[in-house]
Amino acid sequence: MPPENFTPLASRGRGLRRRAVNAAAIGACVLAAALILLPLALIVWHLLAKGLPAFGPAFFLHMPKPVGEPGGGMANAIVGTLILVGLGALIAVPVGVGTGVYLAEYGGGRLSAIVRYTADLLAGVPSIVVGVAAYGLVVMPMGRFSAIAGGVALGILMLPTIVRSTEEVVRLVPQSYRHAALALGAPRWRVLQSVVVPAAWSGIVTAIMLAVARAAGETAPLLFTALGNRFWSLALDQPMASLPVFIFDYARAPYDDWNRQAWTGALVLLLLVAVVSALMRLTTRRIAGH
Amino acid sequence: MGAKRALGASAGGGPAEVAPRIALPTPALPLGEAPAHPAAEARAATPSGARLSVRDFSLYYGRHQALKAVTLEVEDRSVTAIIGPSGCGKSTLLRSFNRMNDLIPGVRTEGTLQVSGADVLSPATDVVDLRRRVGMVFQRPNPFPKSIFDNVAFGLRLLGVRGRTELETRVEASLRSAALWDEVKDRLERSALQLSGGQQQRLCIARCLAVEPEVILMDEPASALDPTATARVEELILKLKTSYTIVIVTHNMQQAARISDRTAFMMMGELVEMDTTRRLFTSPAKKITEDYITGRFG
Repeated sequence: MPPENFTPLASRGRGLRRRAVNAAAIGACVLAAALILLPLALIVWHLLAKGLPAFGPAFFLHMPKPVGEPGGGMANAIVGTLILVGLGALIAVPVGVGTGVYLAEYGGGRLSAIVRYTADLLAGVPSIVVGVAAYGLVVMPMGRFSAIAGGVALGILMLPTIVRSTEEVVRLVPQSYRHAALALGAPRWRVLQSVVVPAAWSGIVTAIMLAVARAAGETAPLLFTALGNRFWSLALDQPMASLPVFIFDYARAPYDDWNRQAWTGALVLLLLVAVVSALMRLTTRRIAGH
Repeated sequence: MGAKRALGASAGGGPAEVAPRIALPTPALPLGEAPAHPAAEARAATPSGARLSVRDFSLYYGRHQALKAVTLEVEDRSVTAIIGPSGCGKSTLLRSFNRMNDLIPGVRTEGTLQVSGADVLSPATDVVDLRRRVGMVFQRPNPFPKSIFDNVAFGLRLLGVRGRTELETRVEASLRSAALWDEVKDRLERSALQLSGGQQQRLCIARCLAVEPEVILMDEPASALDPTATARVEELILKLKTSYTIVIVTHNMQQAARISDRTAFMMMGELVEMDTTRRLFTSPAKKITEDYITGRFG
């Protein structure tokens, strides 16, 4: 067919239609991004509005006051949350990062498929069920609620995120790094330890932070494990206070003062996660060195 | 990491601060501009005088036979080029010398392959030790995402070198041998990924030299570089052959002609012929070699 029967190509694709579709697509993207930001912005704004009145050094330094007495803080709950999440991380980070690296590096076999499937399944288990499991695993044998039980529950909750995200970021490390190290006579474990894991480290830290942030806000699994505590306690084999449980108790209490403190507790929890996450990012950047 | 900071302090300062690092006490170590090669001296080559010896060597990727009964020898302290059209097996042969083909599942070999008289293919061969003796430079520069210093020190640390002074001395010597020292001496703690492609490739060569291999394998080391950087790498190869045995795979026939002493021409997994570079390029024994080097195909 002779080309002169068609509209010349040079005059095509310049129409209003193309411009309109382009503008619509960009508009849709901007709208979607705004929709993501909106809930977060609303939450932060609301928390600041409701939480700031009771916010201050006293909230961090003082213990909860009995009903009727004004003031007081959540010092024990703030420290308790840090300890519980720390315990959880202590359990989940070594196991999770190790498993993730294993899956990425040696993950072809049957065992890996089972591990991967289990991790995905675990990610779908409701957190309250994990709490019940920790109750059976730790609280029953010990005969009482304890910080350790809470740490175990949070650790189990953190595991799947750490495992699967670590696997993903380790896979992203270019093969050429591994080949370079092997060609220099590095044994496999050394390639992992000195090249692959450092190269993936900032991604692994992000994975850990996601898990920590999620665990820090968990309430349900702590209800039958760490329980809660109105007094100052650092003993790991005793019940321990935590911010989410305090927020839960204070928010449904019939006292205005407690309700106000629940808002402040929520604000502090958000800040805590933000600060821990920022600190970890800063230190990783220093370690990575570029 | 502690050492990193110590160095970082001097890297930021003026020449006066840098000076002590350069004036390290080196006389006892044989690490001059082009280091004499202790490992190469110590290990005798095979009785025939060959550093590498390949006999009836065949390699299969599953059912596909990539190398067909290749036999050749590579002399000590020489540059041997392997040329041939894409897919002729030249990279496969190169990667057999340090058993990098082991990383590919389903690889099977026949025949013998020796480095300094020691069997390479035997299951009893310590692959880690082999790769320390047979270094490799890859087609695409592949420095680690670490500092320039740590890149070169990587192999040394593998070998258990811990002393700061020894590490610094050896890193400097390797960078000098790779003709990179003057360009990077003030920024050893910067990331290697900030270097240009040509500098990265010379860094990879320095990293390889640091562990004093007997043989250096180069898989098209200049194909990802611009002409200036290529010229510098070629110059470097010529300088290094006084101390090392070098085998280089190249697509570039001019390059093979410029830098190699002997050239092997391969096709379809077979070694067609191998001769001194001059003879192979001026009066090849086989018609097909002539067709290839005159650009009639490939």
